[in-house]
Amino acid sequence: MTILFYLASAIAIISTLCVILQTNIVHALIYLILSLLAVAVIFYVLGAPFAAVLEAIVYAGAIMVLFLFVIMMLNMGQHTRDQEKSWLSARGWIAPGVMAGLLLVQLLSVFAQIDQDLSGQRIDVMAVSGLLFGPYVLAVELASILLLAGLVSAYHLAKK
Amino acid sequence: MSPIPFEHGLIVAGILFCLGIVGVLTRRNIVFVLMSLEVMLNACGLAFIVGAARWGNADGQVMFLMILTLAAAEVAVGLGLIIQIYRRFHTVDINVLSQMKG
Amino acid sequence: MLDLIWLLPTFPLLGFLILVLSSGQLSKKVVALVGAGSIGLSFLVAALIAVEFLNSGAEFYSMTAWTWMSVGQFTPGFTFYLDGLSLVMMLIITGVGFLIHLYSTGFMIDDPSYSRFFSYMNLFVASMLMLVLADNLVLLYLGWEGVGLCSYLLIGFWYDNPANGAAARKAFVVTRVGDTSMALGLFLLFAQLGTLNIQDLMGAAEANWTSGSGVAVAAALLLLGGAVGKSAQLPLQTWLPDAMAGPTPISALIHAATMVTAGVYLIARTHILFELAPTVQLLVAWIGLATLLMAGFTAMTQHDIKRILAYSTISQIGYMFLGLGVGAWSASVFHLMTHAFFKALLFLGAGTVILSLHHEHDIFKMGGKRKQLPVAFYSFLIGSLALAAFPFTSGFFSKDEILLGALALEGPGTWLWLGGVVGAFFTGIYSFRLVFVVFFGESQAHHDDKEVAGWNMAGPLFILMVLSLLGGFIHIPVESVFNHGEAHEEHHVSGLIHGIMIAVPLLGILVAYLFYGGRQLSADKLMANPLAAALHKFWFSHWGMDALYNTLFVRPFVYLAKLNRLDIIDQCYGLVVTLSRAGHGLLAKLQNGMLGWYAASLIFGLVLLMTLGVLL
Repeated sequence: MTILFYLASAIAIISTLCVILQTNIVHALIYLILSLLAVAVIFYVLGAPFAAVLEAIVYAGAIMVLFLFVIMMLNMGQHTRDQEKSWLSARGWIAPGVMAGLLLVQLLSVFAQIDQDLSGQRIDVMAVSGLLFGPYVLAVELASILLLAGLVSAYHLAKK
Repeated sequence: MSPIPFEHGLIVAGILFCLGIVGVLTRRNIVFVLMSLEVMLNACGLAFIVGAARWGNADGQVMFLMILTLAAAEVAVGLGLIIQIYRRFHTVDINVLSQMKG
Repeated sequence: MLDLIWLLPTFPLLGFLILVLSSGQLSKKVVALVGAGSIGLSFLVAALIAVEFLNSGAEFYSMTAWTWMSVGQFTPGFTFYLDGLSLVMMLIITGVGFLIHLYSTGFMIDDPSYSRFFSYMNLFVASMLMLVLADNLVLLYLGWEGVGLCSYLLIGFWYDNPANGAAARKAFVVTRVGDTSMALGLFLLFAQLGTLNIQDLMGAAEANWTSGSGVAVAAALLLLGGAVGKSAQLPLQTWLPDAMAGPTPISALIHAATMVTAGVYLIARTHILFELAPTVQLLVAWIGLATLLMAGFTAMTQHDIKRILAYSTISQIGYMFLGLGVGAWSASVFHLMTHAFFKALLFLGAGTVILSLHHEHDIFKMGGKRKQLPVAFYSFLIGSLALAAFPFTSGFFSKDEILLGALALEGPGTWLWLGGVVGAFFTGIYSFRLVFVVFFGESQAHHDDKEVAGWNMAGPLFILMVLSLLGGFIHIPVESVFNHGEAHEEHHVSGLIHGIMIAVPLLGILVAYLFYGGRQLSADKLMANPLAAALHKFWFSHWGMDALYNTLFVRPFVYLAKLNRLDIIDQCYGLVVTLSRAGHGLLAKLQNGMLGWYAASLIFGLVLLMTLGVLL
């Protein structure tokens, strides 16, 4: 299992790197789905099967399909590669790279001070749903309202 | 099976988050920007799951579910906006879309 | 009955409020009823109060309506104080005021701002009554400023013409100089004596200050400053001739009968203070003499019918000041009353002339109007006789008393008397020059104009004619007010003096007749002499006073104002504006609409915070 964790982590990081470097948007989207599935594996390894399933269904499934639809509607793909290439200049990478690198170094330096192990204990659907419909029921209701609002506004915005 | 160190999970989340940042800052195509944002949100969710695994507690997963909901709503609205923008301005370049300057 | 005294200023104030709040919606009949009726009611109450007060034989009556403010020991109230002096003033203001209001209902009938006119008039009467009935100087000052305001509003009544606005501003600013001096006087009195109640103040001044002490002189001088401003005396008299820009009834009510005599009232009211400062009192006399002579010379040269009357008003108030200065207090108040009668008559008569001749002001464009304008002619004849102190008219008695008072004074009295007599000579000339030029001789123009004089205009004129003729026999009950300082013995002077005082005005009338009536002498021939022409020009400009003040005060002030046009103090605040604008400009550059830029700043801030968190 430990090896699976590191393997999945490596796949997630590499595929995410590909996402931000890709010039073909459809390929980038495929890499993103790969990255999300790898993260789903990590979830499973970390003892969160419910989260892993939702990650696969909602993120890698529903949300990415939405992206795909939009890319189709905007008619992007192979022929926009050159444009994407021209937009990605070497100089544009310097400042974001430096800042993200700094942030990462700081995060690492903080994380390095931790010396603890994960429990590896499975937390199944029962425990999560017990919490969801117990103390967090208000948050669930609010989340549902948020989704409804998102639905309405997306419908309204995308209208001609 | 040797246990996975807690910090390793967090480091993976941190790396993903920073990659998302680089994506947001470097890409000019607004669809790429939105995708990078998804990466960052996902990294946050990962951090919560790692935390839940550390303490054997289900609250972290509940929080991940909330982030998931948020991401879904955000993508729905964001993509709707992108479609509208593309219809109006016929571009997805965020540097061209600067009507809001002061 | 006496406790109804608070009704006096209340009626006009109510009239003012009704007229102002109806904002011109009322019909002219209702406006006339409210405007003149409120003053009529006031006069009725004043008459009843006067009868009861005189029958009671009391020296004074005082009544507190309510306390105005209360600061420590200082509690000025709306307290009305009635004695002989305020009784006379109150009757003049309500009586003559009512007649002028009645006249105005006819005079102003064609004016679109009929209601506004009467609202200002009512406010004026309310303020003036407040002024004369006040028992403390603070309430008096309220009325003082109130009449100043109304004067400003009414001079600029026809504000469409910028010249009228300028005249109103001039009157306001020039009297403000005097008012400031008076306010300083009040501060000084309060600081020194701790009260502003007039009677307490006079008592305290008498008890604490020796005659001629520095404080008394300073206080009297400051109050005198206020009085000369309001009463248009040297050196603040320049505003009154320009004030003739207002409607003619205003000139009659405010700038002849009541407001301009407020200065005389103030000095008479605080006469104890002036007696404590004999040098200032003498100064009052000299100011009066100088003013009456200067204004007399100027009145002889003017063409405008109202300006002649204005200078004559200045000159007559000069007589009152002369009387005050020589301690003939009751003679001054007497002259104030008779002057209110005959000057109101003259102004209202002039109003009839002006209205009948379609706003013609130049007397040399009139002429021969005796038959055409009979009411105005008799008004002018009787008014001018009284003004010139023709024997047994009202003006004769009052002017006589003042001059005899001057003669009774030791030292400079003879000179003051002589000056007054010379002034009387000029009074005869200028008043009858007006009568002869306007009503005798050949008609110049306006042959077909009918006299405009309904019953509401002719009625007041007839009453004022009677008062001007017989007003000299009225006895004013002011002895108890002035018994304190005035010598009571009858003035015993030789028949020669009396003869001179009777003959001099007649001589003046004769000179006026020779020049303008019978034309035995020609003014034009006199003008051929360059010296006479130069003198005429000099007097016509009122001794160059306006030009002098322009050079001395107005121009330097305008120059300074121009220098500081950008307002140095304001520039300091402008700096703040400039700086914040520059900062705003810089910050606005950050708002460039680039999404990547915003995100980068966000991340930069995050990195910065994290760095701080890690390092600290």
